[in-house]
Amino acid sequence: MSADAHDHPNFFQPLPGTKGGIASWIFSTDHKRIGMLYLYCIVAMFLVGLTLGFLIRLELIAPGRTIMGQQTYNALFTLHGVVMIFLVVIPSIPAAFGNIFLPIQIGAEDVSFPRLNIFSWWLYVTGAVLAVVSLVTGKGAPDTGWTFYVPFSAVTTTNVDVAVVAVFILGFSSILTGLNFITTLHRLRAPGMTWTRLPLFCWSLYATGWIQVLATPVLGITVLLIFVERVLGVGLFDPSRGGDPILYQHLFWIYSHPAVYIMILPAMGVISEILPVFARKPIFGYKMIAFSSLAIAFAGSLVWAHHMFVSGMSDTAVMVFSFLTFVVAIPSAIKVFNWVSTLYKGSIRVEPPLWYALAFIFLFSIGGLTGLVLGAAGTDVHVHDTYFVVAHFHYVIFGGLGFGLFGAMHYWFPKVYGRMYNKRIANWSCLIAFVGFNILYFPMFILGLQGMPRRYYDYLPKYAEGHFISTMGSWVLAAGLLLMFWNLWRGIRHGKPVGRNPWGGATLEWTVPSPPPHHNFEAEPVVTHGPYDYTGVKPDA
Amino acid sequence: MHEHRDYEGAKIGMWLFLFTEVLLFGGLFLLYAVYLHRYPAEFHAAGKDLSRIFGTANTIVLITSSLCMALAISALQRGKVVLSQRLVLLTVTMAGVFLVNKFFEWSAKIGHGIYPDSPALLKLPPGEMVFFNLYYLMTGLHGIHVIIGAAVLMYGWHLMRVGRVTPEHFVFLENGGLYWHLVDLVWIYLFPLFYLVV
Ligand code: HEM
Ligand SMILES: [Cu+2]
Repeated sequence: MSADAHDHPNFFQPLPGTKGGIASWIFSTDHKRIGMLYLYCIVAMFLVGLTLGFLIRLELIAPGRTIMGQQTYNALFTLHGVVMIFLVVIPSIPAAFGNIFLPIQIGAEDVSFPRLNIFSWWLYVTGAVLAVVSLVTGKGAPDTGWTFYVPFSAVTTTNVDVAVVAVFILGFSSILTGLNFITTLHRLRAPGMTWTRLPLFCWSLYATGWIQVLATPVLGITVLLIFVERVLGVGLFDPSRGGDPILYQHLFWIYSHPAVYIMILPAMGVISEILPVFARKPIFGYKMIAFSSLAIAFAGSLVWAHHMFVSGMSDTAVMVFSFLTFVVAIPSAIKVFNWVSTLYKGSIRVEPPLWYALAFIFLFSIGGLTGLVLGAAGTDVHVHDTYFVVAHFHYVIFGGLGFGLFGAMHYWFPKVYGRMYNKRIANWSCLIAFVGFNILYFPMFILGLQGMPRRYYDYLPKYAEGHFISTMGSWVLAAGLLLMFWNLWRGIRHGKPVGRNPWGGATLEWTVPSPPPHHNFEAEPVVTHGPYDYTGVKPDA
Repeated sequence: MHEHRDYEGAKIGMWLFLFTEVLLFGGLFLLYAVYLHRYPAEFHAAGKDLSRIFGTANTIVLITSSLCMALAISALQRGKVVLSQRLVLLTVTMAGVFLVNKFFEWSAKIGHGIYPDSPALLKLPPGEMVFFNLYYLMTGLHGIHVIIGAAVLMYGWHLMRVGRVTPEHFVFLENGGLYWHLVDLVWIYLFPLFYLVV
């Protein structure tokens, strides 16, 4: 170990004068360590969710019973949804990469509330454990779907109580992360780090933070209501007691639609970081991208009822929500156009993170355009609750957030570990996963248009072909993802060491050693130029 | 490790957190609004069953406690730690009075067989059922917040005793006070909705 590394041990190594060990991680208040804890948990939960999804797909390979019964099937798709949504995609990029890089990107030593930060990780773990406990205790795993729609969720005898408590706790964790980030961005920016010099990743986390703070409490009260409905018999959604089940749907979607922006905005932030670095060009329309994040956060809060076009709203309400839904498409489209313009005439260096970013743009565009089909009330009535919806949200969430997350993993890997994975394998795994993804989900659009309803255990023979192709795709996808994770894992241990700035990025995290030392900066940085100004910045590997 | 203190940051964090609390209750207020719109006559009838005396007493207790809390903070800022501690204790005592009062009020209702899922409640018209269910839910959730708030204030009192909250570093107590004002504020909305709607 060099003398330098001894004075400034990197954040994986124990602080001078301490022994380290597991307690120095799970009680750490260092944002980087907390981010890593999140990252590992999220990857583990992703693998769980992936396995569940894979099993659902396997069951659907042919009509009739294949590998499991109906009740198991219902439990599996519920769990798959709960795990993927609440344990993977909502925390994923903000809690993991946001924690690791937001303070460094703004030149801070830590977030505003470090102890709250580790507390929110503990809440996350508690929620995750409870979600797993809900599987194996009580009278069977929840079978309501991740939306916990009443009246079924109020009457089913399966273990919904524990699951909704888990969701409540996870929501609290998400709120605290958002609150922490907003405060950090307002208070701890280094001298010279004006709002217009803020990296776009930080801007996206800022917008996300506001949604987390403003939308999540509504989810909290909604799942709490399910809980009291079941435990105390408070029939606020029960028509026989004067309640109204539609109100449940309103409350649920008031959170859950904005939540999809909690999922996608940080991924968009990652893409906005990756593209300019590999095009060696300042991002096109910096202000428009930053502003459109806020616009998405705002407009996205007004469109929840597009999930309820067929549940009995007034025609006026349907028209209004349909219109508003179209409005949100505008800022999203602005981003896509700006990304493409950034690539135009850039001197492009093709590296793995860029491939993931390109896959993101492609898949997200398909997901977004099909979202318009769902947002238009007329067409939604036809495809509501069919596989068209399943295809749409996997394109957006998995194709968007998922590939954004993989992009982040490949982009920041050398910074976090100080090593590089095998780039050739990384490219191949991206390609395989991309191809598998499309084989898996594209047929679902067609199945949906043909009328295949979602969440069904069995189906008519006329859908057999589509389901079969889709299941084939799930194998290809899984192979690509496993190859990717294996490659990253190998890179952590045996990768070639790299210096501070292997990609030639101009944001602050590339000016500190890889892996970063405990307190990030030797001296507080003073920022003198924007985050995408590459004059004089050279890749060092 | 050096400790950094950021007064502004701590305040921003607290205000954001208070937003989330308002929104948590907001979900219930939304339900109240919709159901009031749907069952005006039943809400009117059911509201008559609640004791305005208890409600008014509790309103006065909470508002007074909020005043004590505000005085406690200004006392601390002016360096009068002992006075501040006493005022905090007074605030917490009033929280206790509020809860005892609430306990008697609930017990009386429950004694009459009116509580969620009770046979007597299930015989009432749907609108009245909704009214009482909302009543228990909203005042119950508020009660939990009273308990949390009192615990936070007691902890603030403890911090003053051991010298970690001082006339120079009072942000913990100040934020605890903000929380207490929120608890008070929510009640000020609950009171007319349930007791005066008649
Ligand atoms: C980031 C990755 C993923 C996310 C966020 C995700 C999310 C979801 C969600 C929210 C549902 C809805 C569950 C419900 O409607 O109750 C769902 C359903 C489903 N997912 Fe995934 N998923 C992901 C990956 C996968 C993978 C890799 C597969 C297959 C290998 C898969 C296969 C399925 C299937 C078959 C359904 C059932 C659709 C239905 O019958 O409603 N998913 N997923
Ligand atoms: Cu939506």
